[in-house]
This record gives sequence, C-alpha cells and structure tokens, in this order.
Amino acid sequence: MKTYPPTEAQEVVPAPPIADFWSLRLYIAGQTPKSLTAFANLKRLCEERLRGRYAIEVVDLIEQPRLAKDDQILAIPTLVRRLPPPVRKIIGDLSNTERVIAGMGLHSEPTTSTLEITPEA
Amino acid sequence: MKTLSQKSNEPLAKAPTGIQGLDELTGGGLPRGRPTLVCGSAGCGKTLLAMEFVIRGAVEFGEPGVFMAFEENVEELETNFASLGYDLTELVAQNKLAREFVHGERSEIEETGEYDLEGLFIRLGYAIDSIGAKRVVLDTIETLFSGLSNGAILRAELRRLFRWLKEKGVTAIITGERGDSSLTRYGLEEYVADCVILLDHRIEGQMATRRLRIAKYRGSVHGTSEYPFLIDEGGISILPITSMGLNHEASTERVSSGLPRLDAMMGGKGYYRGSSVLVSGSAGSGKTSLAAHFAEAAAARGERCLWFAFEESPSQIIRNMHSIGIDLGPAVQRETLLIHAERPTVCGLEMHLVTIHKLVKELKPQVVIIDPVSNFASLGSDAEITSMLTRLIDFFKMQQITALFTSLTGGETFLESTAVSVSSLMDTWLLLRDVKNGAEHNRLLHLLKSRGMAHSNQVREFLLTDRGVELREVYTGPSGVLLTGSARATLEAQEKAEALVRELGTDGKKRELERKQHAMEAQIAVLRAEFEVEQAEAMRIIEEAETSAAVLGGNRVQMGRLRQSDAGAARTAAKRDQGQAA
Repeated sequence: MKTYPPTEAQEVVPAPPIADFWSLRLYIAGQTPKSLTAFANLKRLCEERLRGRYAIEVVDLIEQPRLAKDDQILAIPTLVRRLPPPVRKIIGDLSNTERVIAGMGLHSEPTTSTLEITPEA
Repeated sequence: MKTLSQKSNEPLAKAPTGIQGLDELTGGGLPRGRPTLVCGSAGCGKTLLAMEFVIRGAVEFGEPGVFMAFEENVEELETNFASLGYDLTELVAQNKLAREFVHGERSEIEETGEYDLEGLFIRLGYAIDSIGAKRVVLDTIETLFSGLSNGAILRAELRRLFRWLKEKGVTAIITGERGDSSLTRYGLEEYVADCVILLDHRIEGQMATRRLRIAKYRGSVHGTSEYPFLIDEGGISILPITSMGLNHEASTERVSSGLPRLDAMMGGKGYYRGSSVLVSGSAGSGKTSLAAHFAEAAAARGERCLWFAFEESPSQIIRNMHSIGIDLGPAVQRETLLIHAERPTVCGLEMHLVTIHKLVKELKPQVVIIDPVSNFASLGSDAEITSMLTRLIDFFKMQQITALFTSLTGGETFLESTAVSVSSLMDTWLLLRDVKNGAEHNRLLHLLKSRGMAHSNQVREFLLTDRGVELREVYTGPSGVLLTGSARATLEAQEKAEALVRELGTDGKKRELERKQHAMEAQIAVLRAEFEVEQAEAMRIIEEAETSAAVLGGNRVQMGRLRQSDAGAARTAAKRDQGQAA
C-alpha cells in the first residue's frame, strides 16, 4: 500500500501491542481538497489521541480502482478503522470532530497531555 | 411499428433488449448510450427486467454488461440470475458480465462532513472498463438515500452519475421504487429524462396482472397503452398486441373440419387456413365434439394442434371424446395435440392472452382450439373481452393459425350478446341449436356465415353417434315446421310407405293395361275370325247368285236354239255353261 502524503505519512509504528494498536485506512480519489482536508483532520486527531499507536494508510482509488469493490467504498473520502475490531466506516472530510470521535470510538482515548496543538488552535 | 427516428436524418440508435415484446413496443429497444428509468412498486419485476436486459445483451447481442445491485446481496443476485436459466459463472468467466454488489447501511456509516460518491464512480468505471461493458444496470440506486443522510449531496451526485453514464456511452437501466406522488420515491425521473418505463402489478377482481407502460421515450414513437406482461422461467414477455394492423396474409388453402358432410356445406373443402371459426351453441349441443373432430383432422394431416381447455381436464376431454368414437389419445402421445387446461379464473383476461401468445410462439401449432371462449365472460366486461379476442384473432391470423373458438350461449336465447360481439370477428360461424320437438331435444347445425366461400344455407340435423358427429338433412313438415329426431324418423318411414304404395300402384296399372291389351287383341282376333267366316259366306252367296244367273241365261239360249235362232253359237255357249256349273 502506498501511503499519502509520501513525505509525511511514514508513521507505521513497528509491532505495538495488538489490543492497543489503531490501523486506519483512508480512501481518496486523487488529491482533491476534500481528501487533503480529511487527511489533515485525521492526522491531527490521531496525534492528539493515539500518538505512537496508530498507522494511517492512504489508498488512492484512482490508482487502485479494484479496491473500491473489495472494500465496498462508495463515498470519498472514507475512513475505515481496521483495528481495533470491529471494522468501522466514516465518510466525509472528517471536519466534524465530534462525529469522527464517535464514529471511530475514540471516547475512551484521552487527549495526550504532551500534544502541542489543540483541535481548536 | 414505425419509429420517428427512421424518418429523421439522425436516427436514434437503439439497443435491443431481447425481451419479448418490449423491442416491438419501443421500436427497437432502449435509447442506446443513454439511461432509462424503470420504476414500479415492490415485486413488479423491475429487477428481472433489468437483469434480462443485461444478460440478453451479453448473450444475444454481444454487449457485455455490468449489473450493480444496491439492494440484494451476492447470493440473492445469484439465485435471481440463475432463475432465468443462464450460466452466470460462465458469463462472468468469459468477461461478458460483471456483478457488483454495493452495500451501504446508514447504521454502519458515520457521516463527518463533505463527501462525494467518487468511490461508486470509480467502482462502476472500473467494472465497465474491465469487460468493455456496453450496458449497465443500477438496481436500485435509490437505496443510497436510505444509506446516506445527506440528500443534497446524493442528488447532486446522482445527477453527475447519469451525466457520466451518458459520457461513457453505456445503455443503462436505472430502477426506482414507485413513489406516492411522483414516479419514483426520490424523483429520479428528474435526472433520467430520455426514457421512462413504468411497471405495475395491479389486482382487479382478485386477479393480479402485471402491466408495463412506456411513460416517456424522447425522440421515438412508442406504444402508449398499458401492456400486460408475464414473468415465468423464460423471463418477461410483453404483448404489444394493439399495435398490430390488419395486414395478415389471407391463405387460399383449405383445411378439413373433420366432418366430410360439414366440408361439403363449405364447398367440399372445409375452412380456410388461418381463418377463425366460431362454434356457438347452448350447453351440451356438441361444441366440444365439433372441436374434437377438427383436432383429430389436424392430427391426421400431421399438423400440431394446441387446445386451450377452460372447462375440462385433458383426460376428461380424451375420455369424453372417446365415447363418441374420437380417439385423441394417440395424437396427445405423439404431441401433435397439446391440451393446455386451465381454469379461466386463475388469472386475468390479459394474462390469458399473454399465456396463449407464449404457448403459441413456443409450440408453433397450425391449429388452435379455445374451448370455450365464453368462459372469459366472468373476467371482464364485454368490451374488454371483445378487445382481447380481437387481438387474439389478429395474432392467430398473423401466424396463419386456423383457430376454432367454442362459445356457450344461453339456453333459450338465440344469439347471446357475447356471441354477437365476437361473431363479427369470425370468418366462419357455426351455430348449434337445440330444438324442442314434442318430448325431445334435437340439435341443429346452421352455417351462419363463412367468409369468402360458397356455403350451404341449409340447416342440418346434428347427431352425436358412437362414430362421432353425423349431419343429416332436416325435414320440413307440411306446415313448414322443422322435423327432427323421432318426428323426422316417423316422417321418413311414412314417406317410405307411401312410396311403396305408389310403386305397387303403378305395377298394377301396367299389368291391367297389358291385360286389356291382351283382351283387345283377343277380341280383334275373334272379330277377324268372324269376319273371315262372313267373308267366306258372302263369297259363296255371290258365286251362287252368279251361277244361278248363268243358268238362267243358258236356259234362254237353249230356248232360243230350240226356236232355231242363232243355232251354232247357242250350242257352244250352252255346253260351256254346263261345264262351269259342274
């Protein structure tokens, strides 16, 4: 899988404990404004709550159209929480943080105190 | 059916559906390269129509297709496809068909801001490109409205989707659920403007009939009525019956009615091939028996006969006909006679029409019997029945099928209303009448009309014997009353007796004459004999008289001699006279 953006998205953390590891996949179709917004929102949220415990894989359906069928992707952008189970799907540019938190099940994950940037900032 | 496009400079390209009847109705198929909306309520056959469009496109027209299902899962889709009798895996393996299942539940999807349906576009695009699809079905895309809550985005995206489909140049069917006030629940007709087909499954008088209507077809003439259609193992069949004109070929070939005597009434040859024959009559007047004769004759000619029985089961017909000496069994076994028995109430009028059409197209009979057509009366108004039968008769004529319809008329009424409305459509009309005469009922056969041939105007007595139907001359009594049955038999006997008497009389006269002649001749003989006797007598008297005269003369000469006058001569004369007298 190719990650996106290529320069920044190399956050694959090696072998963390399975139970507490978040595997996320963001489906986009080309670098549209919505895709970029979604990625930025996701990155921020993960840094806030899941620092060091997550991996974001960005899938560009224009390059891998077959995955649209295999993963049942309809809307763009779509974020899929692959781990921890169960699999969850969130669509949209992730601008509604409340709903993203609810959709991803991040309620129980406390905001990291060491985070420099706050969502509101 | 002619289409406008045939006349215009730029013909509207059409993609044939291969669905029986639909292509006739649309003048060639759906608008090629454009989306068509098929809408209707649940269970009216939208999915099947769409499915058939894709499969037939792939199998019959070499146009690969993508079937994208939004409602059913893979297994359901598989089962539905398989029910049409096509090998799906084969089609998929040959890259002629792609099945896509789009799944989206609102409960599983959290919406967190702006999005579009690019994923669907990519997926569909990929499927289309991977097999070079020319046809696409989206069934039922409206389901997205229940999966996604942002209606504004959906509408915009659907509009974009249909435009995109047009750009792709694929012929698409989009199915939609029927809405309360609009054609579809979410107003899809706003986006798909080229062709809209409505499907309907209505119940009238406890009978459900599926109907199809083309609500819109931009740039093309199309049938506008509601057309009934049938769904069975072969898929959908639609009957665009009213579009047929009166342009069938009229055959001059004749087919036997199965009764030589009846054929004789029609110039000795029987019905015209491809004509329609109505046999009407009261209950038990022998309509079915006439039909059986016709069927038997068809079987004997090696033709195939399709018998639609709406009153009796096949085995009952065979048994009953056997009792009058018509054995239909072998023909049924050879499958030259096919009896399709069905209660008329199993489905609506239109549905019967569709069934008949279907069976006729499938089995290709030369002869069709509908027994009895009057049973349809319970299924609709007179006008509906007439319309249905018109279409049926037209259909038979187009196929050059000789059709015999039986019709039950009321006991006492001479011409029942249904019979009248139907009879004008028929080429030949045989009326079986029950005639009450003394204490018996007897049957009479009238050949009321027979188009295009000289036919007997005489009524025949119609007898059911153990050798089948027999037609007899009818006797007219002294006061002009028709005599049938035993009255006819009595008259026949009476006439025979009279003839005998007459015969005896002439013989006597002849003999008397002869005798008289003999007597006369005898009398003549007697008279002749008498005459001869009289003649002989007369001759003798005359001779005697002459002799005596001569004697007297001689005496005078002797006396003269004695007186010495003429002495020499007198002596000689006296001598001669004496010799003669001796």
